Amino acid sequence: MSDPSKAKPTALYEDHLRAGGRMVPFAGYSLPVQYEGIAAEHLRVRKAVGLFDVSHMGEVAFTGPRAQEAVQRLVTNDIAKAAPGRAVYTPVCLPHGGIVDDMIVYKRSEEDLMICVNAANRAKDFQWFVDQVGAMCEIRDLSDEYSQIAVQGPAAPELLVRVLGGRASGMKPFTFRDLDYRQVGITLATTGYTGEKGGEIYVPNAVASALWNELLEKGADLDVGPIGLGARDTLRLEMNYCLYGNDIDETTNPLEAGIGWTVKLDKGDFIGRDALVRVKEEGLRRSLVAFKVEGKGIPRHGYGLFKGDEHVGEVTSGTLSPSLKVPIGLAYVNVPHNEVGTVIDLDLKGLRRVSARIVAPPLYSPVD
Amino acid sequence: MSVPKDYRYTETHEWAKFEEDNIVSVGITEYAQDKLGDIVSVDLPRSGDEVEKGEPIGMVDSQKASSEVIAPVSGVVMEVNELVDDDPAVINSDPYDEGWFIRIEIEGVEQMDDLLTAQDYEEMLGQMDEEE
Repeated sequence: MSDPSKAKPTALYEDHLRAGGRMVPFAGYSLPVQYEGIAAEHLRVRKAVGLFDVSHMGEVAFTGPRAQEAVQRLVTNDIAKAAPGRAVYTPVCLPHGGIVDDMIVYKRSEEDLMICVNAANRAKDFQWFVDQVGAMCEIRDLSDEYSQIAVQGPAAPELLVRVLGGRASGMKPFTFRDLDYRQVGITLATTGYTGEKGGEIYVPNAVASALWNELLEKGADLDVGPIGLGARDTLRLEMNYCLYGNDIDETTNPLEAGIGWTVKLDKGDFIGRDALVRVKEEGLRRSLVAFKVEGKGIPRHGYGLFKGDEHVGEVTSGTLSPSLKVPIGLAYVNVPHNEVGTVIDLDLKGLRRVSARIVAPPLYSPVD
Repeated sequence: MSVPKDYRYTETHEWAKFEEDNIVSVGITEYAQDKLGDIVSVDLPRSGDEVEKGEPIGMVDSQKASSEVIAPVSGVVMEVNELVDDDPAVINSDPYDEGWFIRIEIEGVEQMDDLLTAQDYEEMLGQMDEEE
C-alpha cells in the first residue's frame, strides 16, 4: 500500500515527476504530497494561485426522469431548491445518521446530475447509491474517464479566464459551466477546498496534461505553481472544512460535525432523516470545534483534550497553520466544554499538556 | 541515505553517538527527517531530566506529521541543543551533526552495545524498502 509504484498514476503523473513532486500512494493513486514544501505551497495558494491534481476524486452521474428524486433520497441537503448550474455541498447519511461520505452535487437539470465523491469512498459510495436508489435512475461511475484540476487562490479567476476564455468569468461561488477546451467538453465549477477564489475543472483524461501545462505557462507571471496533498490538507484545515476519515465518518453525524446547515429536515424524507430528527430533539452531546493552541505543541488526530482530569474531547485534525504560524486543530468536545472561548488542555501523547482555546470558525479568513 | 559508521541506531530511527566521558549525543537519522519532511518544531527534555532507554522523551513535528523521540540510552540529560529549537530546519539539513537533540550522561558504556550498528541499520532500511 505504501509503494507508489503499485498505486495508479493519474493523467498528470509525468508532469508531477518533472516538477519534482514527492509521490505517495493515496486512495489507490500515486499523488504528490509536496513539491517545494508544504508551507511554501500553502502560502502560494493564499497569496497567488496554485494547481492541484485531484483526479483521485470520484465522479458519479445520475441520469433519467427520476434522477433528482434519487439524489434527494440520498443526500441531506435540498437539491430540488437548487437551480440548474448550481453546485451543492452535502453529506450522505446512513439510516442511523452516521455519514457515508460528504460530496458535491452538480445539478445540470432535474434529469442530469453529477456527484463528486471522496476518492477513498468511491467504491463504497457507488455501491450505496446503486443499492439505495439504483432502481430509480441510471447511475454511472465516470471516475476513470475524468481528471480533476483545482485552481485556487486570489489570482485563480484571472488565470481561468486566460486559459478558458470569457465564459470562465463572472461566475458566482458554487456554480458550474460546461465549456470546451481543445474541442473537448470540460466542466468548470467555482468550488474548492481551500477557501480561496477559483474553481475545480472536470476534464477528460486525454486533455488533462495539456490543460495543466497551459495553466502553468499562462500563470507564470501570476506566480502559479503546483500544490501537493500536504498543503491541500493545511489549507482546508484553516477553513474548518471537514476531511472524511479524520473529522467525519460513519460514527459521526452532520449536526455534531458543524455542518448542520446542510441538513434540510423540511425537504421531505431522505435516508437518515428520522435519526437526525431524534438527534436534534435530544440535543447534541458533543460537537466539532476549532481551536488554537496557546503555546508550543502541534495537535494531531487522536490526541486527547482535558478539563482538569476529565477527558472532554479528542482531536480529529491538527497542524501548524502556515498562515497564522500557530498550531490549530479540529476536535470533538463534549457539552458543556465546547463553547467558543473555553480553554482546555491538549495532551501531547502524555509528554506534557498545553492550553488550547476554542475559537469561532473559520480559523483563517482569506483576504479579499 | 547516509548512515555514519561510528554511530549507533534504534529501530525507531534515532541515532546515538558516544562522545567521551560517558556522554552520548542523540538525534534522528537522515531517513527519519526525510520521511517527516520540513520539520517545524521539536519538544525535548530539559537538562537534568532522567531519561530511560526505550521511553518517549520528546516529539519532532513536521508540517505533515509528528513523531515521538525514543531514548536510545538511559541516563541524565546534560545538554540540549538550542539550535534545533530556534531553527528546526537544521534537523533536515544536517541530522547527524548540527541537528543533534540532546547529550546524555550514561552509566556504563555497555548499554550502547544493544543498539544497532550502522550495518544493522542499513540492512533494516533495505528490508523496509523491499516491504514497501
